[in-house]
Amino acid sequence: MSVFGDGGGVNVFMLGWEFPPFISGGLGTACYGLTRALDRLGVRVTFVIPRAVDSRYAAHVRMLSPASRRDTSGAKLREFKNVTFRTIASGLEPYSTPDDYQQRIEETLRRKQPGVVRPSQASSRMDYHGDMYGEVHRYAAVAAELAQHEQFDIVHAHDWMTYPAGIAVAAMSGRPLVVHMHSSEFDRSGEHVNQMIYDIERKGMEAADKVIAVSYLTRNIIIGRYGISPAKVEVVHNGVDRNGNGQWPLSEAGIEKDEKIVLFLGRITMQKGPEYFLAAAKKVLEVMDNVKFVMAGSGDMMERAVEMAAELGIGHKVLFTGFLRGNDVQKIYRMADLFVMPSVSEPFGIVPLEALDNDVPVIISRQSGVSEVLTHALKVDFWDVNEIANKIVAVLKYPPLQMTLRDYGNYEVRKLSWTDTAHKCVRIYEETLAAVH
Amino acid sequence: MASVCFYFQVHQPARLRHYTVFDKDEDYFDDYKNRSICRKVANKCYLPANRLILDLIRRCDGRFKVAYSITGILLEQLKLYAPEVLSTFDALAETGCVEFLAETYYHSLSFLYSRDEFLEQVNKHRETIAEFFGQYPRVFRNTELIYNNDLASLVESMDDFDAILTEGADHILGFRSPNFVYRPKGCGKLKLLLKNYSLSDDIAFRFSDRNWSQWPLTAEKFAGWVNRVNGNGNIVNLFMDYETFGEHQWSDTGIFDFMRHLPEEILKHPDNDFKTPSEVVRSYEAVETIDVPHLISWADTERDLSAWLGNAMQSSAVGELYRLEPQVRQADDERILADWRSLQTSDHFYYMCTKYFADGDVHKYFNPYGSPYDSYINFMNVLDNLRSRCSMGAAGTAVCEVTQNKNSPSLETQALS
Repeated sequence: MSVFGDGGGVNVFMLGWEFPPFISGGLGTACYGLTRALDRLGVRVTFVIPRAVDSRYAAHVRMLSPASRRDTSGAKLREFKNVTFRTIASGLEPYSTPDDYQQRIEETLRRKQPGVVRPSQASSRMDYHGDMYGEVHRYAAVAAELAQHEQFDIVHAHDWMTYPAGIAVAAMSGRPLVVHMHSSEFDRSGEHVNQMIYDIERKGMEAADKVIAVSYLTRNIIIGRYGISPAKVEVVHNGVDRNGNGQWPLSEAGIEKDEKIVLFLGRITMQKGPEYFLAAAKKVLEVMDNVKFVMAGSGDMMERAVEMAAELGIGHKVLFTGFLRGNDVQKIYRMADLFVMPSVSEPFGIVPLEALDNDVPVIISRQSGVSEVLTHALKVDFWDVNEIANKIVAVLKYPPLQMTLRDYGNYEVRKLSWTDTAHKCVRIYEETLAAVH
Repeated sequence: MASVCFYFQVHQPARLRHYTVFDKDEDYFDDYKNRSICRKVANKCYLPANRLILDLIRRCDGRFKVAYSITGILLEQLKLYAPEVLSTFDALAETGCVEFLAETYYHSLSFLYSRDEFLEQVNKHRETIAEFFGQYPRVFRNTELIYNNDLASLVESMDDFDAILTEGADHILGFRSPNFVYRPKGCGKLKLLLKNYSLSDDIAFRFSDRNWSQWPLTAEKFAGWVNRVNGNGNIVNLFMDYETFGEHQWSDTGIFDFMRHLPEEILKHPDNDFKTPSEVVRSYEAVETIDVPHLISWADTERDLSAWLGNAMQSSAVGELYRLEPQVRQADDERILADWRSLQTSDHFYYMCTKYFADGDVHKYFNPYGSPYDSYINFMNVLDNLRSRCSMGAAGTAVCEVTQNKNSPSLETQALS
């Protein structure tokens, strides 16, 4: 087997997540980028995802009765030559907390979809579990059964919810397991980690033959907080899909033509540091006036952010767009003069790369994985509000700075492709398989 | 007859401290960092190297000679942070075997932007060297050996100098050798000394490179190369950064031992000797005219100005700095003038260079701020504050406009109480 170029010969059973635009966040984007790159290298992938029956994108989903435990249709999306898709009916979504999951399931039941059976009924084993952990383990059982009918050399599981499934499939097939940590409980919940999720993460990493971390930052957390042997943990940085080009007309929603726009794009949640963004905004507005701050995204801290902007007295200078999809994302990049990611703990952070690809210079937190791969970005410590504000003002005040960051950053992003990521994964597959034989 | 002409460049900038848009005070410089670096370089380089050169001069009975160019901005720092280094330079001056050259006091690019400022800085430097070491320099070198025909003409018109130094770049020499004295085009009397970059860089850069085909370089081997110049050259101009000795090339590479043995090895050949630049000028006639219409330097492979002016940030920073000259002069304040001049040191713009940064080769990149962008932001924030000091009226309030382009916001600094 060759290491570069032809990945042919390797067959991967991949437990992943829905591609954009059907899912929010980096996990779907990462799965899409990686799978597509692997496909181009000739790697054969059986790509298994959870898919809710009541999804509003029902046109793309085969309606299933919950009595059937798997979807045997195996669809191939036209874009992919070597990838077979399999779906498992499940309400699992990335980034859910147990409470989110609970709420979603209850809503599903409330809508009284045909064929959905209440958990109280006798055939409860076939239903959606009201409890996320139960669902994660049910998913594992279904995946293991599905895997019996597939041929593969290696199992690759993305993020904790798929780890029990990865373990089950690996055990049943006798194949090695690679788990991919896109984020850890510590990134998502700070120090108040959910013990059960932590245990599942740890168990998954311990059972795996290899662990892939999306950054050295994440690798350090894995070694330090989960006690995984360093020899087992490899770093494979994410890439970015380059599709930013074309001119969009200015949207006039509350923004003057010569006003500068500073953009925060991402989930408005603790991990992303929204309060630091707003605190820096206030400092910037002390020395500059014709600038607006846009927070594009939604999340559990959104209401708090709106309140905070008002409390700081800058409410009229901060715009909240809610969650943006598709073309709207491109539009907002077109309008932005600067993108700021003051993340408290960001395992990687694909969004700044997308911003650069759309010609928007970026300020990123040093506490992020992406700061390991980007040189043409302004870097700050997330807590250093003064310095974030200092850098925002500098970019807005000095066009040569903005231009240089933008041009060099855009050029740099071209070198960060998913192809490199895929190559590294193939190398890891080959090394793992060689070690096992 | 091969005369070896050593010239050592000795310089440290006054580095800026971290200065944000919210800072209002007039303390721009990182005294702590400047002091630490000055003392570190003094211990690793200046002191041991000066002692070695002194020793060699005495041992060779006056046959070993060297030249130095020490910037004014470094002399100020040595006085504050490492005065013992100045004593050793005094001792060197007293041997009579050491020549001091002239340059811009602040190691600036002023020649490119303000002739008046350039002339003032050169004169200030001459006077300072005379004051410190009892010599009025007769040989000139511009910052980073930046040079063209115009510079030569300007320097000749000053009537204070006999020769000027620059890089023996291939594209100006063509098939000619740097081992002769030349005449700058457009000059009648001034002589031109060109750096033999091949032999100079063998010592300054390649000395410790184990992958180099000539490693290890011994004094004997090097003297052999110098001997080869006999018959097809008069001089061997070895121009380099003084930090070669102990900083760029650490002591454990053997650089001091190499230098310790070099004079005796070179003097073994009866046709060789050491000359200061002025002695070279007196001994040899110019063989030909060299035409340098476009600016050159001794930096990087390009030997051009791209290290300081290659990107938009650098050119805008330099432009804004010199645009401030009329207001600085009008303010008629010594501290403002001194600060403005300290900002002219070319290192500040060198730190904004993205050339190596773009290649991701961070090892090549030495910068007290960690990134060219941080350097630029720092510099521009300081410049803003300086600008507002210039426009300060008697009432003590300051309002200033940034005049970059129509899209920039206007800035108002807060009234000083």
